[in-house]
Amino acid sequence: MDINTVRGLATLFIMAAFIALVVWAFSSKQKKTFDEAANLPFEDDEADAKSVREAETKKHD
Amino acid sequence: MNTVSANETYNYKVVRQFAIMTVVWGIVGMAVGVLIAAQLVWPELNTHYPWFHFGRLRPLHTNAVIFAFGGCALFATSYYVVQRTSQAPLFSNGLASFTFWGWQAVIVLAAITLPLGYTTSKEYAELEWPIDILIAVVWVAYAIVFFGTVAKRKSKHIYVANWFFGAFIITVAILHIGNSMAIPVSAMKSYSIYAGAIDAMVQWWWGHNAVGFFLTAGFLGIMYYFVPKQAERPVYSYRLSIVHFWALISIYVWAGAHHLHYSALPDWAQSAGMVMSLILLAPSWGGMINGMMTLSGAWHKLRTDPVLRFLVVSLSFYGMSTFEGPMMSIKTVNALSHNTDWTIGHVHSGALGWVAMISIGALYHLIPRLYGLKEMFSVKLVNVHFWLATIGTVLYIAAMWVNGIMQGLMWRAVNEDGTLTYSFVQALNASYPGYAVRVLGGAVFLTGMLVMAYNTWKTVRQSDAKAIDALAQADSVPHAV
Repeated sequence: MDINTVRGLATLFIMAAFIALVVWAFSSKQKKTFDEAANLPFEDDEADAKSVREAETKKHD
Repeated sequence: MNTVSANETYNYKVVRQFAIMTVVWGIVGMAVGVLIAAQLVWPELNTHYPWFHFGRLRPLHTNAVIFAFGGCALFATSYYVVQRTSQAPLFSNGLASFTFWGWQAVIVLAAITLPLGYTTSKEYAELEWPIDILIAVVWVAYAIVFFGTVAKRKSKHIYVANWFFGAFIITVAILHIGNSMAIPVSAMKSYSIYAGAIDAMVQWWWGHNAVGFFLTAGFLGIMYYFVPKQAERPVYSYRLSIVHFWALISIYVWAGAHHLHYSALPDWAQSAGMVMSLILLAPSWGGMINGMMTLSGAWHKLRTDPVLRFLVVSLSFYGMSTFEGPMMSIKTVNALSHNTDWTIGHVHSGALGWVAMISIGALYHLIPRLYGLKEMFSVKLVNVHFWLATIGTVLYIAAMWVNGIMQGLMWRAVNEDGTLTYSFVQALNASYPGYAVRVLGGAVFLTGMLVMAYNTWKTVRQSDAKAIDALAQADSVPHAV
């Protein structure tokens, strides 16, 4: 196969992959998963507080 | 009793170290920037010593602000975010500590060797081969710590910020090793294994992706954690963030050829670089909109919260410079802008407006929290810093736009008989007022960093006082380390 045919096919493949990605990301099936993931920054306050406390005590002992 | 909790707590020591050094290297790097900007107005400042010559200090400035200031900001925030969103401590405290000291060693070596004149002459990759090897070793350790932490996460998902940090770490490793391939001829001298147009293309494959992955993907990782955190609401659209991620990383790597328009690079490669740069506008703005819209319903917070203001204005500068970039990559526009100060202005609207301001905003969120406080010592001074940074950036980029377009027009002006209307020196002379405004803008921005250093110092001191109080109160309880 001519190298330029491969290049053309690669472009089509990337385009198809992009469309598939958009369809996947915007399908309603993912909503719950994404909502969970989006809330990750707000879910570890306890561990954070403990870590800060420990960093402070270590420094002053 | 404490061993259990010790295993459960995050490593904030290394985050603190990198956070403090971000402020320190920011001041150093920007001070050198103001100095070399002043050298362009007052050439006497070059002195007769070669070490202080513009040609040697300019790479010191770029390396210090990108890799020392930006690098420390990325290490600090990525180590913080990956622990908190994975709900797991760092993979290895020893290796994390090695990345800190190793990275500081790289910076100090750069600060010594560049003024001495050791350089590969590759832009943003000037450091000679022994330092390149140290960078590679530190970077591999960084990757192990980061991905090791992701691997042992307790959360089900890998938060989107970590995808961006991960792409930044992997791609910078590939770029650095690929671009720095060289044959050493002595302890501090090497020759690149690439030659001619291929050397130029490899250089800008590296150079543009240093912008795309070091200065963009990494800082988008910062954006996806700290904007939601400071606004106290999840990111506007998680779906968009996924499309944003894959689109951005798959397109950025093809855009580097726009640095080589009208050069010996084959014409088709130049055009491909231009087209890819234009497409890049879409994912760039997708990310910007996602960050901005996170504030929908919370816009009033901007009125009272200067930290949020830093983060949001940085996104505005990001949107502006990622619009300007694709425009400048169009070959006909580039014919005007190439080699003029417009390029420098474009870089700084990204570097000061986007990279520095989002880092500063993230640090103002991070530093008090790392020291057990709710906010910085003085929120007023954060606001003062915000205005100094904004005014400094606007002065800088406006001066360079005016200079750049003027230079481009003067260089291309021809008389009826085909001779050039202006000599190079005439264009240089006309650039002086712009250069003076640039020194002013840079100095204003640097002043803001000094305000930040003072505020940081006071914040850490305040935390010490608070901790001593707490210890005095709990005096009867024995403390185990």
